[in-house]
Amino acid sequence: MYNLDTAFSALADPTRRAILARLAHGEATVNELAEPFEMTQPAISQHLKVLEDAGLIVRRVEGTKRPRRLAKAGIEAMDQWLAMLRKALETNYDRLDEVLAGMEKHKKGKKP
Amino acid sequence: MSKMTLSKMTLKTEGDTHVIVTRRFAAPPEAVYRAHTDPKLIQKWLLGPEGWTMPVCINDAKAGGKFRYEWTNGKGGGFHITGEFLELEPYSRIVHIERMHLPDPTPDNHVETRFEADGAGTLMTMRMTLPDGKTRAAMLATGMEGGMEASYVRLEGMLQASL
Repeated sequence: MYNLDTAFSALADPTRRAILARLAHGEATVNELAEPFEMTQPAISQHLKVLEDAGLIVRRVEGTKRPRRLAKAGIEAMDQWLAMLRKALETNYDRLDEVLAGMEKHKKGKKP
Repeated sequence: MSKMTLSKMTLKTEGDTHVIVTRRFAAPPEAVYRAHTDPKLIQKWLLGPEGWTMPVCINDAKAGGKFRYEWTNGKGGGFHITGEFLELEPYSRIVHIERMHLPDPTPDNHVETRFEADGAGTLMTMRMTLPDGKTRAAMLATGMEGGMEASYVRLEGMLQASL
């Protein structure tokens, strides 16, 4: 079970969202990920650690390199959660449709 | 039903601190606005998942007026929201702040809800602004617990119905 609180907190940072957006295009090394940002490699590594701890990315060993990629399961867990939040709100608004239909009928019934 | 496409809801995050929800309704703005401000009407729909009810719905729908909404799942689970109305423009706009008590209050969520005439119906746009990205993240994650709870309650309902 993924800790969604950790996952959403990890997403609260714009740099980390940009890193995920980059990884959505495919695997990348730390240097490649650091390139677009005016940040030191340790700073980027710190962000990567947060994303990794949140289950959103995974690393692979390739010689001296540690390329990162998106962790499909972690991203899917967050998608599922958002779908559930959406569902709860949709249930409310479906009920509101009924309430509105009832108000309309009531109004019409009152007209002479 | 054909209203499925008409009533499709959108939910998205914007920037670091916003959550935007849109929804169309087959009723004029006046009716949708009233359903958002009249406690008797609110209690009929603002319930979240199946199985939950809102036994307490108090609001003073005027600028500076306070409100308190309490929900329960009838099985000992529940929480409440308190807030204040900042601006009310009948029948087009409501601005309020709210916080959840879990039981400690969450940071204030600033919510602007607009109702625009859209043909014979209404387009509602709700824009939530949280103090910072971390708070938004926590709010989104907290909803998870409610969602999980909801599916269990529904599951129980289905099991009981099949007995």
